[in-house]
Amino acid sequence: MSMFGQVYTKNNQYKIKGDFHHLTPNQPIRNADDGWKLMGVTNPRDMTYIHSYGGEAIFFESLGQGKLMATRCDNPDCEGHGTVYQPFRIHCMDCLRKCTVFDMTDLAKKSAKIHTFMVCERSGAFNILNTPIKFINVEFEGVDTILMSYLSIGNPEIGMRVVPIFQTLNPTSTILDLSWVPDGTAEKELPEGFSF
Amino acid sequence: MITFSEQQLKVPKLARPVYLVTAGQSKFDRAFPGKRTEELCVDALTQAAELINKTPAELKKYIHTCYYGHFADHFGDQLLGEAVIHDRLGLDPLGTIGVKTGGATGGSTLWEAIKAVASGYSDCTLAMGWERMDEVPTDEGNFLISCAADKDWESPLGHIYTGYYAVMAQKYWKVFGKEEESFRKTLAEIAVKHRGYARFNPYAHGPMKITVEDVLNSPIVAYPLLALDCCLMSVGAACGIVCDEKTAIELTKNTKNKPLRIWVSAGSHTLRPADRRDMDIPLLPNETADQYKDLGERFPGGDRYPGFTGFLAARMAAWYGYRMCGITDPMEDLDVIELHDAFTISDVQTYEDIGLRPYGEGRDFVESGDCYHTNPKTGQPGRLPSNISGGLIGCMHAVGATGIMQVFEIATHLWNRWGEIHGDDKRWKEFDREKPADWTDLQVKDAKRAMAISHAGVGSHVTATILMDPDNLLKEDA
Repeated sequence: MSMFGQVYTKNNQYKIKGDFHHLTPNQPIRNADDGWKLMGVTNPRDMTYIHSYGGEAIFFESLGQGKLMATRCDNPDCEGHGTVYQPFRIHCMDCLRKCTVFDMTDLAKKSAKIHTFMVCERSGAFNILNTPIKFINVEFEGVDTILMSYLSIGNPEIGMRVVPIFQTLNPTSTILDLSWVPDGTAEKELPEGFSF
Repeated sequence: MITFSEQQLKVPKLARPVYLVTAGQSKFDRAFPGKRTEELCVDALTQAAELINKTPAELKKYIHTCYYGHFADHFGDQLLGEAVIHDRLGLDPLGTIGVKTGGATGGSTLWEAIKAVASGYSDCTLAMGWERMDEVPTDEGNFLISCAADKDWESPLGHIYTGYYAVMAQKYWKVFGKEEESFRKTLAEIAVKHRGYARFNPYAHGPMKITVEDVLNSPIVAYPLLALDCCLMSVGAACGIVCDEKTAIELTKNTKNKPLRIWVSAGSHTLRPADRRDMDIPLLPNETADQYKDLGERFPGGDRYPGFTGFLAARMAAWYGYRMCGITDPMEDLDVIELHDAFTISDVQTYEDIGLRPYGEGRDFVESGDCYHTNPKTGQPGRLPSNISGGLIGCMHAVGATGIMQVFEIATHLWNRWGEIHGDDKRWKEFDREKPADWTDLQVKDAKRAMAISHAGVGSHVTATILMDPDNLLKEDA
């Protein structure tokens, strides 16, 4: 009986249990045009990685709690003093000092609008978003950078006002827990598991 | 706001002249079920030797250090693939290093190879690039490519790199293209041109005789990008041999290759476009600040630089590169170029980043006919023919090899050997490809200076490789 690989940390060490890889036999690749001679072999591999969010963990944890966290350089000696980063950056791009973490959920609700977008008909393997995917890049008042995310309802337009929604029910602990809908969308229209 | 220090804007200078003496490449295709990667690399090195009338063994005796460009270990499922190739080429125990900068890997590999010669560490270096992109199905390939984006912030969003770039294409399309049907048609002309030129290139993986209507009717990938606007996913290898002056003269004696002066410059920008901050436009020698004062008025939304419409890395590669070797106006000083046309619209963006046209006016490079081998409007030679190889759209995109393939192609023009190399009936037959009845020699006449732009994804890394006939330099002390 296989079990998904699971990990927790204790004493600053990873503790793992379950299956982190699955064995599948190699298969020969043969040439149908030349007597089925051997050309190569398949190399199946199914592995689970163990990945640390490090100083960004608070950002991803907060999404599942309905909050959008950002960072700001508060180093008075930095030429980029006051720069606000969304995407969240652990360190200031200029002085490399640790930034101050703050909750910008209300700012996002009040000022977010689409800077640019793309409706993408295709996806790569392992995609779990519905296609077409509506990629959006979101700009905010007073924020120096432009967050990439996806629109869950409606059709994107440059300049469209949008508000964040969060997968607070069974969060995935990934960036997919954050999505956006047009300003004015009713709560009952939100995708399952998401809330404002 | 990004500002530069004086030290950061130092104009790079090579400590001694560096020359490209020869280059080679394999056939490019979507898959090579019958060849290992090393066989493709051997094909490339063998051609490089043959172009200077040497055997591979003779050429290898000159090589002192080796630089290998191979972007994606996970594509080939081989960590340290560079060491495998180095071993199979029989170049042990020479010093070697692997280079990875996404789509710019080929250009970056040359960047390292020339610095080794310029510094005096080596007198002759090998720059070899390849990619093995046929070991997984296309959707898994798209997944693997998406791993080049930020794994926490971008890749989970669809696992489709095209989407991360396409938001930039959309912004350019809306702001500078103004969503005009005429601009959409111009983009289609680029796809027709590149796939059409690829028909005369036996190495090319994606030649097609198509029309603008064919492009416009091709399936939507991410509007405005249609299937025929997009580059290929290829397998293949390419290499270049870079030397100091004494070795270059010795290696090319009594051959058709004239040693070409070579410079490579590089720029970078945020891996996530999301992290881009506003800044002033770094000006190229043929630009003035005044010409951009009203950019936001002429193109509403275009006043944020680089925003999501320009590639700062390409601009910086040109900024350093032009000053290094004395280019004051690329349209006047260069004779042929190869650009990284991952998508038709990124080709247009690059025209502006490297100063072929001012920001906002890139489409004119196509619409004027300047970019063609023969200007379709005048029947005269194009002012600055681009992507005669077919580029990434028509010839290939085997990531680690692409930037070196581009340099191979521009070099063949400067050696005046384009027709000989691309028209050889034996080569068409060896590659099991049919030479078109209307095959045309696309040699750019009297070409003396050329440039290739090697570019990674959303613009995280870009290099500019500039070649010049040593008797036609623009700056004597370059």
